[in-house]
Parts: sequence; C-alpha cells; structure tokens
Amino acid sequence: MSRTPDTISTLRDVLHRCRTIAVVGLSPQWHRPSFFAAKYMQSHGYRVVPVNPLVAAEGGRILGERCFASITEAVQAVAAQGGRIDMVDCFRKSADIPPLAEEAIAGGARCLWLQLGVENEAAAERAEDAGLQVIQNRCVKIEHARLFGGLGWAGVNTRVISAKRPQQLPY
Amino acid sequence: MSNSPKATAKSADRDDAFAKFSTKGGDRDYGFATRAIHAGAIPDPVTGARATPIHQTTSFVFDSAEHAASLFNLQTFGNVYSRISNPTVAVFEERVASLENARAALACASGMAAQMTALLAILKAGDHIVAASTLYGGTVGQLGVGFSRLGIETTFVDPSDPDNFARALRPTTRAVYGETIGNPLVNVLDIAAVAEVAHAHGVPLVIDNTVASPYLCNPCDWGADIVVHSATKYLGGHGTTMGGVVVEGGKFPWDNGKFPEMVEPSRAYHGVKFYETFGDFGYTMKARMEVNRTFGAVLSPMSAWQLLQGTETLHLRMREHCRNALAVAKFLQQHPKVRWVNYPGLPDSPYFELAKKQFRAVDGQPGASGILTFGIEGGAAAGERFIDACEFLSHLANIGDAKTLVIHPASTTHRQLNDEELAKAGVSADMVRLSVGIEDVDDILWDIDQALARATRGAP
Repeated sequence: MSRTPDTISTLRDVLHRCRTIAVVGLSPQWHRPSFFAAKYMQSHGYRVVPVNPLVAAEGGRILGERCFASITEAVQAVAAQGGRIDMVDCFRKSADIPPLAEEAIAGGARCLWLQLGVENEAAAERAEDAGLQVIQNRCVKIEHARLFGGLGWAGVNTRVISAKRPQQLPY
Repeated sequence: MSNSPKATAKSADRDDAFAKFSTKGGDRDYGFATRAIHAGAIPDPVTGARATPIHQTTSFVFDSAEHAASLFNLQTFGNVYSRISNPTVAVFEERVASLENARAALACASGMAAQMTALLAILKAGDHIVAASTLYGGTVGQLGVGFSRLGIETTFVDPSDPDNFARALRPTTRAVYGETIGNPLVNVLDIAAVAEVAHAHGVPLVIDNTVASPYLCNPCDWGADIVVHSATKYLGGHGTTMGGVVVEGGKFPWDNGKFPEMVEPSRAYHGVKFYETFGDFGYTMKARMEVNRTFGAVLSPMSAWQLLQGTETLHLRMREHCRNALAVAKFLQQHPKVRWVNYPGLPDSPYFELAKKQFRAVDGQPGASGILTFGIEGGAAAGERFIDACEFLSHLANIGDAKTLVIHPASTTHRQLNDEELAKAGVSADMVRLSVGIEDVDDILWDIDQALARATRGAP
C-alpha cells in the first residue's frame, strides 16, 4: 500500500496545491472519460496539459491546449513559460505506470495521480520515496466533485459533513 | 475554454473557496447520529439555508447548448430533470448511503420500486434469481409473478440454511436476494454466509434491510453488495410517506465477466461504460440512468424532504422500538392466553445468536427491531377478536411506524390461503403480528393485556 493518507484533507491539499495537470493518455474523443474528466478540471480553473504522442505527432490540440508526446516534453514547455507541472494524472494501464512515474519525479511534480482501475504499488512507492503524493485508483474529477459539492446530485456518500456555506457554486 | 470569463472567475475565487473548507474536520469518522442529522446536507450554496430546501421543480436550466449537451452526456455533473436527479432527493440518497456505510444510493417511489430498480439494473430476460422463501409477500409477488412475466425466473429457498442458496444456483443466476429480518416470520438471515455463497458464484447479494434499518444493521459490512429499503417504514418512521432506496456498497467486481452491461458501452445511455467511468458507484449510475430514468418510479422532492425529517431521529426511535418490543415479547411470553412468541431479541429465539452477531446492541441486548409475532389462545377467531379489542393499537397493514400497529395475517394479508398454504408461508391461524411503536411501554402492555382478556374470554 502506498503511504499517502487516503483522507479528505490529503485530497483537498492535493487539489489545492496542484494547479497545472499533465493528463497522460488524454483522448481527443469527447465520449472518453479522460476527455470529460480533463474538461471538468479545466472548467474548474485548472490548467490541463495534454500528453498524447499520437495527437502530438500531428501537432494537434485537445481541449484547446497543445499536446505533448511525453511528460518530459510537457514539463519543459510549461517551464519555458515560467510554470510547472504540479500533477501527473495517468489514464494508462497499471503496467505502463513505472516509466511515467520516473518522468513525473524527474519533472518535479508534486503528485502522481492514477485514475480509476490504475494501480502500481512499485511505482507508487518509488514516487513517494521521491517526495510525491500518490493517489491510486481514483478519478480526479470525481474526487474534486465529491469534496467541493459537484457530486451532490448523484447520491454519492461524499463523507463531507459541514455547516459552512460553500463559497462557490458546485456546478 | 480555459480562458472563458466563467473559468477565470472561478479560478480567481478558488483560493477563498478552498480556505473556507476547514480541513480539520474533514477526516473525522462521524458517528451514526451525527450522520443521521447531517450527511448529504451542507448549507445551500446560494441562500445559506441550513435546513434542506424542497426543490419542487421538474427541470433545471442549462447555461448554454454546450452545457446541456455535456450534462446529457454525463460529462458535466449537474441536474437536468427530476426524473433523473433532484437536489432534495439527492440529500436523502446521500444520507442513506452514509448511514449504510455504503458508496452511493438511489431513491425510488416506494420500497417495491426500489427492489425492482435494484434488480432491473443488472437482470434481463433469461436471468435467474435465488431468493429467500420468507420474503415479504409483496416481494414474493414481484419476483415470482411480475419478474417471471419479464422472463426472469426466481427460485425461492428456505433461508435458514445458507447452503440452500448454493444448491439453487444456476449458470444464469445473476443475483441472490434476502431480508435481514423477514416479515412476518421475523427470521434473521446469516448475511455473511449467504454473501459467501453469492460471491463464490460471482453474483451480488441483494439485501432488503427495511426491518432492521441502518441503525441496527449495515448489511454491506457483512458482505452484501446492494441494499434496498422501504423508506416508508423505519427510515421515515411517521407513516406519512411512501419511498424506497437502493444502496450500493461499492465493492462488487462488476468486471468479473457476468455483467457485460456494466462494462460495455450502454445502449440505453449514450454509450457510457458505467463501471469504467464511475467505478464504485457505477451500479448506482446505471440504475439511475437506465432504470429510474426510463421506468420512472422516482421519489418526489416533497416526499424526500419528509423522509429526511424522519431519518434525523432514526437512532432515537430505533432504540425505543427495540426496548419496547423486547418488553412486549417478554410480557407475552409469560401471558397465559399466549401460546408462543417469536422475536429474535428473546434469548430462547433460534435467531438470538445471529441477532447478537449482526445487530447493534441496545441496552446491552441485541437490537432486534420492533416486529414480533405471537400465537393467541383460541386461534383465528380469537386473533380477529384481539385486533378489534385494541384501544389505540392501530389495525393496518404497515410496519415501522412510531405508532404500534397490529394485524392478524390469516384474516387479512394472507386470507386467500388455505391451511396448507398458510403453513407453507409460515403463517399460522393464531398468529398476530405487532409492529411495536414508541408510545409509553406501559400503555402498550396495558392495551395488549386488555385486548387479550376480551379476545380470549371463554377460550380454552
């Protein structure tokens, strides 16, 4: 088991600190989960940096953002603009994660996020040893919505108990 | 998109928004009573209203054509139409999901609608169910007659031996179904043992937890995958409002090969792959989009609000139901005009050990809910006279009300059955069923005692 605490405060911290997200395996197809998860994050104020070698080879864009062939290329391009990749969000098979984790570490990311169904303990441990927070088998969109009100319509047990009025509209 | 005015505004406000969410309380595991009062109901973001507003609206405006499209495609979260989701109903859904220690829930128009929705979300013609024979009569009818017309067959088995479920499994079995506490037999199911049978076959265990309520038992903690409730009963508690709810535990592996419709693109909803997209609440989303949305047995916002009022006191009421029922059971056991008493909270009940294992303790005793049955001296005729002789015990067909309710099954709910059929259903001619309420226990005992005296006058 990876050591990043699986808690609401950890997830809130991650989603608060990580403002620029490299989305690895971001599909240009509107009906794929990667596309609409990234679209949701974008519309909630996050910068999405697509990583998709096929689209990058054609010089294409996804969600209006230039596509890169690798995390490393994305890190370099964002650094050239004075920014940084805070989170590497992976829509890839579990077995494909180790080299992506290495790139995330080398690129100075704060968080390695593996989407629903994606888990790789060795890569998670390696990234945590390097100081990254690691979230596995969760959807970044679902977790953001769970913690900040957007999932309230769906009958999901968000575990959020609060008497504070949210300061932003959930949808 | 990312630099649209709306996105920019959200980005600028975000620091404040995050700061307003205290992280200190975020990791606390709140207790049952706190969740019964709070879960799902943060203050309204627009008005600050602390009580849950009644969103009595059929529809919700779209911001733009694109917003509408992405809502319909399930890409953007939000409300579209109250047949799919409604903010008041959603509070009730989250409340029950939380109280069941589960992942998600979907509210329905009644308990019957909830079990129909729970099963139609995963079953199709040609599939098979193994169910307890002691289920509530309405459920036996829904599965045995209603579903059989749709080509879904059910085998009913004696639930007292979990192996009976295993013996009835077929290659086409796609669900195992039982009740935490049966009605009117008040039998207790060994949920963990039956869950093991279901899981060994790669199918979910569906448990009707109506009689126990989430306060006394959380079936998902014992291995159940889906829980259904008639919220009309203890969740509401006031006997005013019909409602039901389907609850998803979130641990069943829907990609095990037996449920292709959970993993393949949905023909009924825009090609969505429910398990891939929504993970551990994919089943709930499928039930919402493919069953509630298309079959339409949804809970109204007003009803959801009324059920929420009841749910806030569930923990208080259930304790009283358990205390009063145990007192009534002990009183009846010693009463000369009573032949037998069946209540799982009695130490000599065959279900006492299971109740002790699975149910929350109340005053150090297993909390066995408020339903009990007893046999009256003088048989069916005395049973009918007993009902008529009660002063404030209400003669009606519901259970789980704050009021004490009483019925004589052989002359009412089961009156079409002959003696042999009654025996098979476990309903004897002398059986009286009580749903013990939360009135003063001395008054309940008084009414039972005087009614027994009047009903059995001259009886052997």
